[in-house]
Amino acid sequence: MDLSRRGFIKLTGAGLAVSSMGALGFGSAGTALAASVRPFKLTAATETRNTCTYCSVACGILIYSQGDRAKNVKSSVIHIEGDPDHPVNRGTLCPKGAGLLDIVRAPGRLTVPKYRAAGATEWKEVSWDFALDRIATLMKQDRDANFIAKNGAGATVNRWNTTGMLAASAASNEAAYVTFKWARALGMVTFDNQARV
Amino acid sequence: MTNTWQDIKNANVVIVMGGNAAEAHPCGFKWVVEAKIENKAKLIVVDPRFTRTASVADVYAPIRPGTDIAFLSGLMRYLLTNDAIQHEYVRAYTNASLIVKDGFAFEDGLFSGYNEEKRSYDKSSWDYELDEQGYAKSDDTWQNPRCVINLLKSHVDRYTPEMVSRICGTPQDKYLEICKLIATTSAPDKALTSLFALGWTQHSVGAQNIRTMAMVQLLLGNIGVAGGGMNALRGHSNIQGLTDIGLLSASLPGYMNMPKDSEVTFDKYMETKLFKPLRPGQTSYWQNYRKFFVSFQKAMFGSAATAENNWAYDYLPKLDVDGYDILRAFEMMNNKQMNGYICQGFNPMQAFPDRGKIRRGLSNLKYLVVMDPLDTETANFWQDYGPQNPSKPTEIQTEVFQLPTTCFAEENGTLVNSARWLQWHWKAADAPGQAKTDLWIIAGLYNRMKAMYAKDGGAFPDALLNLTWTYADPHEPEPEEVAKEMNGRALADVNDPATGAPLLKAGQQLDAFAQLRDDGTTMSGCWIFAGSFTDKGNMTARRDATDPREAGIAPNWAWAWPANRRILYNRASANPEGKAWNPAKPVIEWNGSKWVGVDVPDYGPTVKPSDSVGPFIMNQEGQARLFARGLMNEGPFPEHYEPFESPSENVLHPKVKNNPAARLFASDKEHMGASADFPYVGTTYRLTEHFHYWTKHALINAILQPEEFVEIGEALAKEKGIEQGGWVKVSSKRGQVICKAFVTKRIKPLMVDGKPTHVIGCPIHWGFTGVARKGYGANTLTPFVGDANTNTPEFKAFLLNIEKTSAPPAVDVAQGPRDAQGVPKSLTKMGSL
Repeated sequence: MDLSRRGFIKLTGAGLAVSSMGALGFGSAGTALAASVRPFKLTAATETRNTCTYCSVACGILIYSQGDRAKNVKSSVIHIEGDPDHPVNRGTLCPKGAGLLDIVRAPGRLTVPKYRAAGATEWKEVSWDFALDRIATLMKQDRDANFIAKNGAGATVNRWNTTGMLAASAASNEAAYVTFKWARALGMVTFDNQARV
Repeated sequence: MTNTWQDIKNANVVIVMGGNAAEAHPCGFKWVVEAKIENKAKLIVVDPRFTRTASVADVYAPIRPGTDIAFLSGLMRYLLTNDAIQHEYVRAYTNASLIVKDGFAFEDGLFSGYNEEKRSYDKSSWDYELDEQGYAKSDDTWQNPRCVINLLKSHVDRYTPEMVSRICGTPQDKYLEICKLIATTSAPDKALTSLFALGWTQHSVGAQNIRTMAMVQLLLGNIGVAGGGMNALRGHSNIQGLTDIGLLSASLPGYMNMPKDSEVTFDKYMETKLFKPLRPGQTSYWQNYRKFFVSFQKAMFGSAATAENNWAYDYLPKLDVDGYDILRAFEMMNNKQMNGYICQGFNPMQAFPDRGKIRRGLSNLKYLVVMDPLDTETANFWQDYGPQNPSKPTEIQTEVFQLPTTCFAEENGTLVNSARWLQWHWKAADAPGQAKTDLWIIAGLYNRMKAMYAKDGGAFPDALLNLTWTYADPHEPEPEEVAKEMNGRALADVNDPATGAPLLKAGQQLDAFAQLRDDGTTMSGCWIFAGSFTDKGNMTARRDATDPREAGIAPNWAWAWPANRRILYNRASANPEGKAWNPAKPVIEWNGSKWVGVDVPDYGPTVKPSDSVGPFIMNQEGQARLFARGLMNEGPFPEHYEPFESPSENVLHPKVKNNPAARLFASDKEHMGASADFPYVGTTYRLTEHFHYWTKHALINAILQPEEFVEIGEALAKEKGIEQGGWVKVSSKRGQVICKAFVTKRIKPLMVDGKPTHVIGCPIHWGFTGVARKGYGANTLTPFVGDANTNTPEFKAFLLNIEKTSAPPAVDVAQGPRDAQGVPKSLTKMGSL
């Protein structure tokens, strides 16, 4: 895992910035500020290589997060930029990718499992155990009631088509494969993904 | 993509048709600009709208939505009649010379074998004439009138420039200018690249749109070469990976097929998967299907898959229909044939056509589970959000679960980009609140259901109970463990079948799919990923950007399937003798003893040119197919069919207007509009500031494009008295949207069959969650019909009406309902960071 490239840039970049900012016409106070703020902000951050979550150009990104990954520290993302080493995007990002920080920290991010009972008018916050126990129970009830072991001709078909699933389009291969294993082992056939839309 | 993003710079001509890369894939589109500057490439854009891609084009031509096949068939006619094809390539590398059986015919819009009642074809006549040994007969002189090339010539002969212009509304001079420019790439050392996206897939003839362009590329000799290819610019960060791993109703990992109801035994299943070569000496690599399949079953079911039980063939479900695709799923929900649905990072309330039907379908479910990092319309479908979502919660009996998941920044794993690269990414931060990874959630459901079935029994528990689950922490598998499982490993010592020399020790990770066996001694969850995670380590985590000769390959950056090949069919970059067609940009060449070059050969590395093995090693012919045999549902040659909602007759064959093999449910037939009531052509598209239905949650993007609108041309605006920024009511047979009109010069009326045709553009990004203003969603308008092969919905061509209207009444903020945070639901929820 090669995550150290930017550390090198940071060490050598500060001096370069001081000299070139003057050439760009910044005043002396502005020069000092510009030279100090950015390296300062990122020096304290942890840098991680990742991939933009939007389209399939799959631009390389560098995510800067606060927190030293100690057990008692919760890390959070403070800055995201294009990875200059990436052979496709070479450090650039588009109007979507440039706003990635706002999707990571969107007010619409979900933080708690929620449940809406039949006919209810509001969500209720629930525990993970409640949610997963209830979903597993509903799935088993439906599967046991509607599983088709043999078709009309008496051939083994072992299919379940009354519960379906739409798989993700931005989840990792690893999440996808485990999802596939579970869904197909249950005999699920109504199983699709975003490739069509 | 057959090629890489960077390889676009090697093109001499770029055509963007069926996409808008400058706005939808901006950082990939930079390579088109690079081609223009560094390679003096010309850019052609064909699009109903003058997009930002068009704004930097050398030639732009407008086209009526849904008529691309007519345009491209006319282009093929131009190439064939002007002898602008790469003869040696076409003769050696395509099935142009093969002879088609007697009985194959095309008449009045239908190919031979049509069954009107079933709306499908008996495809038995769509095949070659075979000799005594079962090989396809061939005539390299092209004298035989039944040669594929001659049948193609006569098929496209109807698409004259006049006819193309009449159907497409494209001015003839622009059309001919484009034909002429494209024809220059028939020179062996010149390449055209085709960049496309949903503008081609989202039609009732979507797959044939792409196939028609692929045929153009074959006639020009542009597949397999640097700067060439068919490049599908995929839309989501891992939609390629999900497809590769087979999360589609009729798929298994690595493009294997789900068994069908009729394939009652493993032997019966394998009967259609033997892939005997159709020409002497051809590779026909799918002949190894059994190895891929058995290794997959061993990965799924471990020691429970044995030779005696046919590798647990019965554990897999069998399909009784072609596929339980998304349209069928929602049709079933509307018919109360489904009880449960799970949406993992997927928002069908926005993403699927005919939103009213989607809402009614979800309302019929007993339970709905939504896993997502973000609040979605789907999770909230039961809530009353006013005209944008008029639900009555007390009448909806669906139990709904909303499970918070991590996003890209909070997890490790691989994503497959459009160029088939598997790129590992690393976790940068902790998940917010109680959000969990998909791996943890699925493992949680698996473990619970397994325990319930082990304890209480139930319907056929065998597959679930025997599913391999050997992860160090069964409650949350590590991505590395799963990546290794997809790559595969030896289950026993594996020896070379020819020499007996040891190849792999038991437990060793596979280096390549060539090591797979069909005797249960190897396992691999997804055979095309074999080589991605070997005993040498995680190849997808490689980050060496070195690019020899700056060819646009970067072979040591991450890892590409298959076998780290970056340009598919790259044997075709060289002539039959093994010399590069374009000496300035060779990909691989024969050096006298093996194939060498900047890329991994997509070919036997030591197969001699004199052996005449074709470059298209997956095909039984070894050649690419200008004639598709039975592989497409609506015909072995593409044909122009009008969209299901269209303002025009099919001037080629009025009796067969639409795709005769596309599926249309009876209830949806009633919801198709006529041009008398809905005279304008609608098409959906994306804005560069937004990503689908996600970025309405991101403040910066919501500020950049805050509210729903439609785009219309000045002529239509004038005709209807619509002002810039004025309110309009846009309607289809399925619903209506009230939003603002954006009047531009970018859309102009097209003269179609002598009559002016207006196009209305409908960006798709707004709903009733997020920090942008509330919108109805363009899918309120779109029709519930899909492509005949893939069932991709026809979002790009349908019928609309538009009327000027007054602004909606001001919302009474004080009196309206409020959400859990106390924010009025009727208002935009403006978040703060």
